[in-house]
Amino acid sequence: MKKQILTLAVVAVAGFGAFVAPVNAAGTAVELPKRDWSFDGALGTYDRNQLQRGFQVYKEVCAACHGLDRVFYRNLTALGYNEEQIKTIASEYSVVDGPDDEGEMFDRPARPSDRFVGPYPNIQAARSVNNGAYPPDLSLIAKSRAGGADYIAALLTGYEQAPADVEVMAGMHWNKYFNGHQIAMAAPLTDGQVSYADETPTTVDQMAQDVAAFLTWAAEPHMEVRKRMGVKVLIFLSIFAFIMYRVKRKIWRDVH
Amino acid sequence: MGSGPREDFKNPVVNWIDERLPVFTLMQKEYGVFPTPKNFNYFWNFGAIAMVVLVTMIVTGIFLAMNYTAHEDMAFDSVERIMRDVNYGWLLRYIHMNGASMFFIAIYIHIYRGMYYGSYKKPRELLWILGVLILVLLMATAFMGYTLPWSQMSGWGATVITSLFSAIPLVGDSLLTWLWGGFSVDNPTLNRFYALHYLLPFVICAVVFLHIWALHVTGSNNPLGIEPKGPQDTLPFHPYYTMKDSFGICVFLVFFAFMVFFAPNYLNHADHYVPFDPLVTPQHIVPEWYFLPFYAILRAVTFDIGIPLTKIVFIEAKLGGVLAMFGSIALLGFMPWLDTSKVRSAKFRPMYKLALFGLVAAFVALGIAGAKPAEGLWLYVSQVSMAYYFAFFVVILPMLGKIEKTKPLPGSIHEAVTAKAK
Ligand code: HEC
Ligand code: HEM
Repeated sequence: MKKQILTLAVVAVAGFGAFVAPVNAAGTAVELPKRDWSFDGALGTYDRNQLQRGFQVYKEVCAACHGLDRVFYRNLTALGYNEEQIKTIASEYSVVDGPDDEGEMFDRPARPSDRFVGPYPNIQAARSVNNGAYPPDLSLIAKSRAGGADYIAALLTGYEQAPADVEVMAGMHWNKYFNGHQIAMAAPLTDGQVSYADETPTTVDQMAQDVAAFLTWAAEPHMEVRKRMGVKVLIFLSIFAFIMYRVKRKIWRDVH
Repeated sequence: MGSGPREDFKNPVVNWIDERLPVFTLMQKEYGVFPTPKNFNYFWNFGAIAMVVLVTMIVTGIFLAMNYTAHEDMAFDSVERIMRDVNYGWLLRYIHMNGASMFFIAIYIHIYRGMYYGSYKKPRELLWILGVLILVLLMATAFMGYTLPWSQMSGWGATVITSLFSAIPLVGDSLLTWLWGGFSVDNPTLNRFYALHYLLPFVICAVVFLHIWALHVTGSNNPLGIEPKGPQDTLPFHPYYTMKDSFGICVFLVFFAFMVFFAPNYLNHADHYVPFDPLVTPQHIVPEWYFLPFYAILRAVTFDIGIPLTKIVFIEAKLGGVLAMFGSIALLGFMPWLDTSKVRSAKFRPMYKLALFGLVAAFVALGIAGAKPAEGLWLYVSQVSMAYYFAFFVVILPMLGKIEKTKPLPGSIHEAVTAKAK
């Protein structure tokens, strides 16, 4: 019986891993470099300073082409901004509101309760200014690409000279990590493109790392609460399981 | 049901109710003193575990339903709103999403237990068939639930699986249109799947009730596969098995909680976070892990079935795959009659034990092959495994009863337990 359960457990774990590994690996042709993230592991958390830097990169670079529609300005409190700062950030954008008492639509500055204002009114407009390509909304990008943050950082730093035998199509760029290698997004980052408030160097690699962390937060804003609760739940359940084990042993003592 | 002679309860309120509706007598009889073989091992925990998961799914499902919108333009957004803005919505959704996987883990182990110890044999045939019915209902429920977030995997998974019905001769295409409520997987499909996803778990509850009723008529099987001969072979269900089950449930919940809190998307696919777009086909359409073995069988039939060396075809490959897939599940229901051996437990059936391990290996191999493109080596692996899967049921099982030399059975459960303790 013990042997059987053990074999079964081994088979199950191996099978489970084997089932799943290919499922998650599907879609990425090139092995992604594994980076270190503050949010790795069971106890990892977001690094507030990094999130703020990543937000700055998003705001000053990526937001020209990519929306972040599922995130609200009010959510930025999680990055360590206070309400005044968030009001100021939001007010830089304008949203269409209305109709007013005369039935007219009007523009007003965005408020913390508004969603991030996107660069385009609709998909058609987005395509027409991007050679027919559509820059996807980035709210969920970290969860909708295998590899998550590693993939985003790799993509942003993966622009290279195309191999001699490959002809890159007009308006396309060669990227080592993009599926099929030909991507409609030109390398968006160059060294020194933004100026960070802290001393962090603004290399392409650093900015890529920061914005990837920010986008991971945007896709999974409750990760820290989840892990913290998880630790408590696991401790509680383990103790409870141990108690039940003792109870069971005690009750069964006279049977064995 | 619980009527007939009854004993009084001390508590006057309980007694007053019980005199009029003997629910307490029933509970006492079925879960209190119910005589249960005393030699269960931990495989016997998984029925109770599946029960806990079922309740968990229903509770989290109802709270999700309060915030979910079944409309093609809003479904994905409403699930994301649950994840971000509903208080502890992420918790509900991750429990529900991973709960489906936990359900299948529990059920697959539960079924394996039944096969290993011969629990499907007389007099438990109907009990076993009700179990297979629960598996089928569970598959339908999980499949329809997976379409609700209306992601790329939802929409395309639903398209692939529903399209199977078009393989049915003559009526296939009309059936498919009827099923979809249109000419493709679209808003009407989402709405009906939602209605059915809400309904089916309660149908499962009803069948579980019958399953347990049937169990309490025949009594439980046990690792020795011999019937209890008297009180020395059994224990009252409470407190012995209530406490043992509670312990098993706690251990399972530790695993469940680990997945929910620390690896909630481990079993998920990245494309499940991309909204459904009927114009963009994903590169790989992969079903959830628990469907992979059956998906592999579906795709393993790449040949027409007919008279060899002629052009006469009875069953085209596509229909063949569909029949094989549904057949592989239906065969389970016939196990009580396919198995001709008098001995239940694999403990005393050396050849059956080997054959069953082979079946587990084939099932795992099918699962792995199911996640790979159906070509080359993997296609070959799934074809060989499928051949073994079917041979196990229709050739090996009936034959073993005739040729296998079984080991001698112990005189009674009590005798075996005390012999082991010495
Ligand atoms: C000039 C416009 C532009 C800017 C600026 C821009 N992108 Fe893009 N991006 C695009 C376009 C267009 C695509 C679609 C590419 C395709 O599908 O070929 C894209 C695609 C992407 C993708 C998806 C790749 C995939 O796997 O499908 C990611 C991730 C991404 N961009 C991240 C960023 C980040 C992060 C920044 C800021 C550092 C950024 N982009 C800046 C235009 C832009
Ligand atoms: C046998 C029990 C059940 C199983 C196996 C099951 C399975 C599933 C699965 C696999 C999903 C997809 C999860 C995802 O990928 O996000 C899902 C979603 C959903 N289920 Fe269930 N479910 C069950 C019971 C219920 C019940 C009883 C209800 C409602 C009363 C319900 C309501 C929902 C809703 C609203 C969704 C969409 C939200 C979401 O995707 O998270 N489920 N279910």
